[in-house]
Amino acid sequence: MTAPSDALSDYVLGLGDDALVSAQRMSWWISRAPELEEDLALANIGLDQLGQARTLLAYAGEVEGTGRSEDDLAYLRDDRDFRNVWLVERPQTDFGVAMARLLVFSTYQCELYAALASSTDATLAGIAGKAVKEVAYHRDHARLWTLRLGDGTTESHARMQVALEGEWPHVEELFAPVEGALVDPQSLRSAVLSRVEEVVVEATLSVPQVSPAIGGGRRGLHTEHLGHLLAEMQDLHRSHPGVTW
Amino acid sequence: MSSTWPLWEVFVRSRRGLSHVHVGSLHAPDAELALRNARDVYTRRQEGVSLWVVPSSEIVASDPGEREAFFDPADDKVYRHPTFYSVPEGVEHL
Repeated sequence: MTAPSDALSDYVLGLGDDALVSAQRMSWWISRAPELEEDLALANIGLDQLGQARTLLAYAGEVEGTGRSEDDLAYLRDDRDFRNVWLVERPQTDFGVAMARLLVFSTYQCELYAALASSTDATLAGIAGKAVKEVAYHRDHARLWTLRLGDGTTESHARMQVALEGEWPHVEELFAPVEGALVDPQSLRSAVLSRVEEVVVEATLSVPQVSPAIGGGRRGLHTEHLGHLLAEMQDLHRSHPGVTW
Repeated sequence: MSSTWPLWEVFVRSRRGLSHVHVGSLHAPDAELALRNARDVYTRRQEGVSLWVVPSSEIVASDPGEREAFFDPADDKVYRHPTFYSVPEGVEHL
């Protein structure tokens, strides 16, 4: 049986890893976005997520009580120790895919952080209260692009639909039960799905009918892509332990 | 894509009570995204509390070639400045 503090630190680690891995994927877009303005917007979003990851990981380390810092947790764990969902770890080198994923992920984070902001854990409530404003903007950004690409040209419509089909199998993992959860993931499901589906329908796209992927990120089971992402993200820190600039 | 995205002029109000000031321009496909791009490009460092975006094509500008006719005649009209007039002693509430 897991001690309550272990369960809590594992739960917070999951939330922090979601934000960290998503931020790292978002950083791929820097210098690659279709316009300078969009480049800055995506960089801002990635940095918001990184900021959330830092506070969440620092808190996870504190709850854990072993003295691991946010850097220790971000840079010195292997993929099996990461607790993020599959949704955020796969490559997103197509703009439609990046927007489809951001729509799902930010809508989930909106509902999650709004609920956490009134949880009994004062630290998490504080982190979530600040972050909820950030993710509301991320959601708005993803919504506007989903509407424009979905209800745009034949090409953009088709690619946006393909993007949604690719992300949809990974939606259910967000709502899988987690030990130590201060907000039951299942309780977020109907609100998240209805808010995402509302945008999908408004964008003249159709809600994908697909079976959920196996998932297992919360238990440390990941796709092959996470290892490659971590190799790039952790290389500098592991080559030069304790490096700062 | 740049060729198809129109240009927008951006105005930022830095705090309540001050007016919106022109800060630059950007590209965006429509007004809604222009406002968001302006937020991301021009207010990332707490520069503002309010934003305006205006299509650059809607701005009517004075012609640099007509600058002299437009502005030079004001040069010798010093009497248009309040400091030109001396206030008689003893006048209150002026």
